[in-house]
Amino acid sequence: MTGNIELQSTTNHGTWRWLGRIGYAIMYIVLILVAVFQLFPLVWLMFFSLKNNQEVFNLPPLSLPMHPRWENYSKVWNAGNIDVYFLNSLWVTVVATVLTVVLGSLVTYAITRMKWKGSSLVLGLFMVAMMIPVHSTLIPLFNFFNKVGLTDHPLSLVLSYVAFNMPITIMILLGFYYSLPREVEEAAVIDGCSVNRMFFRIVLPMTGSVIATTAIINMIYNWNEFIFVNTFISSDSYKTLTVGVQNFIGQYTTDWGAIGATLMISILPILIMFLFLSDRIVEGMAAGSVKG
Amino acid sequence: MDKVLSNKKMIALYVLPSLLLILTIVYIPIILTGFYGLHEWNGIGSMKFIGLENYANLMKDGKFWDSAWHSLLLALFSGLSLIIYLMISMVLAARIKGANAFRKIYLIPMLLSSVAIAQLWLRIYNPSNGILNSVLQSIGVDNPPAWLAEPSLVLFALFIPILWQYAGFYILIYYAALKNIPTTLDEAARIDGATSWQIAWKIKLPLIMETVKVTIVLAVVGSLKYFDLIFVMTDGGPNGSSEVMASYMYHTAFRAYDFGYGSATAFSLLVICLIVTWIIRWLTRSKDTIQYS
Repeated sequence: MTGNIELQSTTNHGTWRWLGRIGYAIMYIVLILVAVFQLFPLVWLMFFSLKNNQEVFNLPPLSLPMHPRWENYSKVWNAGNIDVYFLNSLWVTVVATVLTVVLGSLVTYAITRMKWKGSSLVLGLFMVAMMIPVHSTLIPLFNFFNKVGLTDHPLSLVLSYVAFNMPITIMILLGFYYSLPREVEEAAVIDGCSVNRMFFRIVLPMTGSVIATTAIINMIYNWNEFIFVNTFISSDSYKTLTVGVQNFIGQYTTDWGAIGATLMISILPILIMFLFLSDRIVEGMAAGSVKG
Repeated sequence: MDKVLSNKKMIALYVLPSLLLILTIVYIPIILTGFYGLHEWNGIGSMKFIGLENYANLMKDGKFWDSAWHSLLLALFSGLSLIIYLMISMVLAARIKGANAFRKIYLIPMLLSSVAIAQLWLRIYNPSNGILNSVLQSIGVDNPPAWLAEPSLVLFALFIPILWQYAGFYILIYYAALKNIPTTLDEAARIDGATSWQIAWKIKLPLIMETVKVTIVLAVVGSLKYFDLIFVMTDGGPNGSSEVMASYMYHTAFRAYDFGYGSATAFSLLVICLIVTWIIRWLTRSKDTIQYS
């Protein structure tokens, strides 16, 4: 069909087809170049994380390490507090993510399924919070946590993460909750079901896929968060990986292998997660696109 | 049904924890930031009310305006880069083989922390054995610049990792929006003899205009509050030539212990972000939105 139209509308069909092919090739070259630009720094990082300084400085930068020095990894894992930072990141991320998803689900359920006067006002409060720069709250938050004895305490991080990720979480959940059929709930009410039972036994199990999406988004944000940890946490035993990596590198500015290994350790969990869940992450990122 | 679902006690139980949290962690601090800005305060001692003096000083503060200018430049770069992202997404969404793999690869840097990205790009820019200057030297550039030490280059050099980090994110948003357009429109236009180029700019672009507007706000406001990467890579240097609004706020409050002045800066950052959001929304307003059906 389309072929016929092209034949009729173009007199010099052959030239057009040629140009089309060249255009197609150029397009692919551009796409591949962008892909190389996106991946190349990470490949280079992996290479130098397996070299010692002599190899980093003397060999061409793109050369593979001849004898991969895995000891760089064991060295930084044991020498610094990387293991401590790693565990801190892990549990702060998990606790904050679980809390955000549970609290966010409860609020979204109340807003979309229950009947009360202030619901649109409350929803508005959560949505407007999305526009507020984190930095504008930093000084009062620091002061507040200081007064209640929560500076240098992981709870200050958990509370901040939950509050600042709540809006985006509710926004993603909202669309899903609106599309849930009401019939199931009606049947449940007729059977004498309570609100709690309805939420935990009927609604929550139906939202599994969207909960996974929001949890992934939350985990990525929490795992990578920097400014709150840098401001609220001062002792090494509570620091998370982002700040820990920063401090560790500050002490070992010249050992490129160690620096590379430290950076690789900090990004590997996310990369591995991406390897297994890339479809879900892509979907989650698209759904959560309205976050600055 | 209504009786069960308008149970006040349950509603309070479901809503109040989150509501209290967001009021305590987000809204009250914002009000306090404005309030602290009216005081002279070192963060430890007592606060001394000085009215609008901090704000008046801020208006006369050359360093603040420099940082605002740098933020604005970054915002402008980010806004312009959206055109490239849009073109790439148009190509990807045109039923190209491997489109899925491309957009996944593009997204990877977005998943990494800004600190890791900053540390990695510090090595890339390293003047003596960073990959960038090694490559430049091998293709015959004898004295490649020390990218992050040159006041005239540093902002541009910082923008490249930003581009690297966010490319996949914006491409993904555009791609998702383009994929939402029903294919019947595409086919109808093709039957009418429209070229791919015409379909992209005359049909698809107007249909995803709402998404484009959202991304303009995201990119511009996101750049205005940019912090982590610059903080790690240059800390505002050399000599303030890469200081942005958020880093200036951080330096005045947490380094110079001038919490009153820092708060005034932080509050101005909020106000500028809100004003810029409003201006973009106003500039990109449209009387009637186009819909598929």
